[in-house]
Amino acid sequence: MTSDRTTSWTTGHRPITIAILAMGGEGGGVLADWIVAVGETAGYHAQNTSVAGVAQRTGATVYYVELYPSGDAGPDDARSEPVLSLFPTPGEVDVVIASELMEAGRAIQRGFCTPDRTTLIASTNRVYSMDEKLALGDGRVDSNTLLEAAHAGAQRFIGADFMELASAARSVISAALFGALAGSGTLPFPRTGFEDAIRASGKGVDASLAAFASGYDAAQRPAPRPTAAPSGSGPVSVTIGRSRPVDPAEEAAEAAAKRREEVAATDPGSLVGPALQAHAARVAADFPAAARSMLLHGVVRTAVFQGPRYTEAYLDRVARLAAVEPDDGTARLTTEAARHVALWMCYQDTIQVALQKIRRRRLDGVRAEAKAADDQLLNVHEYLHPQLDEIADTLPVALGKAVAGSAWFGKLVRKVTHNGMVVNTTGAIGFSMLWAMAAFRPLRPRSLRFAREQTAIDAWLDLALTAAAVDYDLACEIVECQRVLKGYGATHQHGEESFTTLLAQADALIGAEDAAATLVRLRDAALADEDGTALCSAVAALPQSEPALSHAH
Amino acid sequence: MAERSFAHEVRKLRMGAGSTFTGEGILAVTKALLQSGVAYVGGYQGAPISHLMDVLGDAHEILDELDVHFENSASEATAAAMLAASVNYPLRGAITFKSTVGTNVASDALANLASGGVKGGALVIVGEDYGEGSSIMQERSHAFAMKSQMWLLDPRPNIDAIVRSVEAGFELSEASSTPVMLQLRLRSCHLYGSFTAKDNVRPPMTVKDAAEHPSRQLDRIVLPPASFLHEKEKIEDRWPAAVDYITSHGLNEVLGEGTSDIGIIVQGGVYNTLNRAMELLGVSDAYGNTQIPTYVMNVTYPVIDSEILDFVKDKRAVLLVEEGQPDYIEQNLNAILRRAGSDVALHGKDLLPVAGEYTATAVTRGLHAYLSKYLPNVAPGTPTLLLPHSDPRSPFAERVSAEVVRTRPPGLCTGCPERPIFSALKLAERETGEHHVSADIGCHLFAINEPFNLGATTMGYGLGSAGAAALNSKDADRPSIAVMGDGGFWHNGLTSGVGNAVFNQSDQLVLVVDNAYSAATGGQDVLSSRADSELRSTKHPIEKAVRGIGVKWARTVTNTYQIGKLRDLFVKALTTEEPGPKVIVAQSECSLNKQRREKPLRAQAIKDGKRVVKERFGVDADTCTGDHACIRVSGCPSLTIKANPDPMRTDPVATVLDSCVGCGTCGANAHAASLCPSFYRSDLVYNPTWRDTGLARLRKGWIGALSRGVERRAARFEVAEVTA
Repeated sequence: MTSDRTTSWTTGHRPITIAILAMGGEGGGVLADWIVAVGETAGYHAQNTSVAGVAQRTGATVYYVELYPSGDAGPDDARSEPVLSLFPTPGEVDVVIASELMEAGRAIQRGFCTPDRTTLIASTNRVYSMDEKLALGDGRVDSNTLLEAAHAGAQRFIGADFMELASAARSVISAALFGALAGSGTLPFPRTGFEDAIRASGKGVDASLAAFASGYDAAQRPAPRPTAAPSGSGPVSVTIGRSRPVDPAEEAAEAAAKRREEVAATDPGSLVGPALQAHAARVAADFPAAARSMLLHGVVRTAVFQGPRYTEAYLDRVARLAAVEPDDGTARLTTEAARHVALWMCYQDTIQVALQKIRRRRLDGVRAEAKAADDQLLNVHEYLHPQLDEIADTLPVALGKAVAGSAWFGKLVRKVTHNGMVVNTTGAIGFSMLWAMAAFRPLRPRSLRFAREQTAIDAWLDLALTAAAVDYDLACEIVECQRVLKGYGATHQHGEESFTTLLAQADALIGAEDAAATLVRLRDAALADEDGTALCSAVAALPQSEPALSHAH
Repeated sequence: MAERSFAHEVRKLRMGAGSTFTGEGILAVTKALLQSGVAYVGGYQGAPISHLMDVLGDAHEILDELDVHFENSASEATAAAMLAASVNYPLRGAITFKSTVGTNVASDALANLASGGVKGGALVIVGEDYGEGSSIMQERSHAFAMKSQMWLLDPRPNIDAIVRSVEAGFELSEASSTPVMLQLRLRSCHLYGSFTAKDNVRPPMTVKDAAEHPSRQLDRIVLPPASFLHEKEKIEDRWPAAVDYITSHGLNEVLGEGTSDIGIIVQGGVYNTLNRAMELLGVSDAYGNTQIPTYVMNVTYPVIDSEILDFVKDKRAVLLVEEGQPDYIEQNLNAILRRAGSDVALHGKDLLPVAGEYTATAVTRGLHAYLSKYLPNVAPGTPTLLLPHSDPRSPFAERVSAEVVRTRPPGLCTGCPERPIFSALKLAERETGEHHVSADIGCHLFAINEPFNLGATTMGYGLGSAGAAALNSKDADRPSIAVMGDGGFWHNGLTSGVGNAVFNQSDQLVLVVDNAYSAATGGQDVLSSRADSELRSTKHPIEKAVRGIGVKWARTVTNTYQIGKLRDLFVKALTTEEPGPKVIVAQSECSLNKQRREKPLRAQAIKDGKRVVKERFGVDADTCTGDHACIRVSGCPSLTIKANPDPMRTDPVATVLDSCVGCGTCGANAHAASLCPSFYRSDLVYNPTWRDTGLARLRKGWIGALSRGVERRAARFEVAEVTA
């Protein structure tokens, strides 16, 4: 790309250029200062610029460093010091350091990181952007695409979860990235020079050096590769996070799920407790192999939620769909039914939430998250906001109706909970309250909500079965519509409205061309916003000639 | 006090002659002021010059020793008016602010100052907030220099050159009786480099001397007939004096004279970028040895006709590299060349971008076009950025799908006390319906973005209330809402907004976000700051001020994290029949500053064996259904999503990161917005008392007894988790 004629630039009389892409508050400035310090100690002329101020508050920011070897200025030179640039030049950056995977993508997009020149040092963790977090469903971008770009867009890619390495050392990501920079060998300075720069900064030196060392070592290992895209044609297997990443927890979960599937096929009894062995045997006898792992999850869950008889009901329901499963081995309909029927049957009422809150493993999890030392005192406070109808819904029908209709009780609940209540689960009173609430479980089948949910579940499955007779894919999508039933209070209410609309549309779509794809589109619209605008317009956009609309109204 | 402590930098200000000062550009300027015998300094904080103010604020001992007067001015107008001290007395004065916004505010005073002219050197240091990372409208300070006739220095981005232009700026100002603007671009302010220091100089006359020996000159006051005289003086005396100083001191530079028959003229501030472009194209090297004659305008106003004509006289063509628009210098050069009958071809914004920052890419492309036209065989360099984007070797070739690289605009920090205010306002609007919201300048402006989407316009610092002035009709069924920060409030909002609303009987709701600092600019103190300050008078309540100006309905909320209460107060303020402006002062300390202060104290207390409780929030993944309603009313960086640990569910669940500071917004939102029962707060106790441990033992016994049954039942159904 360069012509035969040489320039000072192409013959190496040029600075080492380093761009750091980070979010404000991540220590990108500190990292740049360290690099300058290493360079200056080694006799380089260093320049470092950034844009500070309000633009930096948590937003994407670029820090830029240039290092030029000192001492080759002659008496006739126009300047006694090298003239260094304040901006990274696309195509001319030697090292790009990105604190996060999407920022690495941004460096590639802006042309700072190029395959002909750049060593890319990027942390593979994700710090989700606001619009990824806001979605009602899953708004995350595909990390695999970013990872592929990191491999293809850099001359050399050094990638690891530097955030994880840093937090393991109780330090900050800048120290781990600095270690990776040293470990990459791209700068002509010895490791001790880097470490001295950290020591000279004099703050949290030991933790920083530990993170530095982890980063240094990580740079010697190959960067993670994107996980393989689903291969072959045929129905896409619906495993969790299929095209997602890089998140080590997710990868581990995927591996565990795979192992579990094998166990589910050979020894299903080992995946459930002693009281559910008969249920496990029924799963093994009556259901397709591909669906068994999911079914066993559902077996356990429904039993804990209500009891073994409830689990019988669960298996009966899924069996209706399994009966129409074509024999192609994927068992998508059964698997999805196993998943969504269980999720719906174990709906989040106050009894269930109370039980979740007092489980031992949950409290252990809170301790781990708070990084509590063994025996360190930790108190846990729940932020609860029970609504009158939620309470009434939990009670036996007669009592519930009385409560819902009682003016004074309503006033009392509003008074106590208008600004919420804080319950100390680690206190005797708080725990007992939640325990007592969870103890209402045997009464649950007599509650208002229980009856309502069972009716709705059966109606939904009836529709899925009707659809399955003519359109298998549509049936699967109908089953998956349960996904919109989420949240609590107003969010849940919105979900129920969306669900009603979706089922009405699905009913009308039976037999129509592209019915499954249309329903997917509508379901995505239902998850696009919280006020139902997207779903409304998606429904309105359906071809007028389709019978869908007439059915819906 | 400010967000950063500058104790280390302050020591550098004491450096004596011969020692090497290394640091940021803006700190070098601070040192240069002291070396120049400055008598007084004022200014208003704002990126990119906040550090100058902060350093001087921390350096009061040195300033006292030198008898230098320093003020944190109430506004840029105050700062500019302060330069009046240089009109009658030979006092060197310097002021600083963010430009162009600060220059806008200061322009009344600057115009008056420039009219009468100065006796002592008057330096206006403007931080040009233009291009990437800027937080304001994109305009040029150049216009102010021209309209009021102040000289504009635009030194090349080199610490030594910047320091020298401070010194030259004072001299130029005195030589021509004209205030001088020193323009520092965003990146130059934060440029790291070094220079050889000189001794600090005590001002020959101090402000004390001047105050004790008052003097006045009637013909320096802006009132006819003197004002007509001033304009004449500007042209007949001051301009020629300035030209004389600039040419005789060689402030502008010519490099590579005689190397070619074409040339380049560049603003000093863009010189480094130009040289990089020339290196890439092979017509200069790292030490600036250009093969194309280059005229570097370290002074961009006035343009020195004689130097320009001298530079172009042996050339076929020149390229002017002038960042920003309008193209004031290009117009000026065209006039100079035409008047002189020169036939040199002048290029500029025909080959370079008309608007926007002159990045390395922009300048390289423009210069390449110029060289291709006049010296097609000279430039050997062909950097890849010149290739079309469709070429796979181009740095801009698509290597990552645009869909996966989302924008990441700045937002409120973790623990920010403003987040719950906007959560509460959003919740209040669910009850009252939507209102027109007039926003202001400050961190609170981030509320215009997701997830709050509150705010329709921003008209300038402290003008949030004024911006809603027209939209308060007596016939409307609802008032407008105006947001203002404590910084903007004291800057001018008290009079321009609140006073105006009282006087014009506007019903608007004024929300004053009082985080105890001018937070967005780096956490400087303001009148209502709640910290004790040795140097300034603080703790003047905003509510008292608005009541003093005539507001009847005013409430102060001292804990913004109580979202439910704040929501109810908003509803009340928006529905009350009470006439006149309603003012809510929402008060909680800026989290950045609070954490900076409290973190080390807490660590020390833990070390000292004192009882410390560390709070943070969390989300139960089992209970969270992954609808993210909590994120949609918060937007906290620490409240995010993670893969669902439940193998049955697919949508990501909410999660709280370790960076959580336990501010309470999550819990309060869970309550006020009736979100979900997933949120919990964990209180980790360090160094528990005997009471803590005793109670914990009792509780453990009781809880253990109750949970035994629960776990026993579950164990019948569950198996111990398969270890991964």
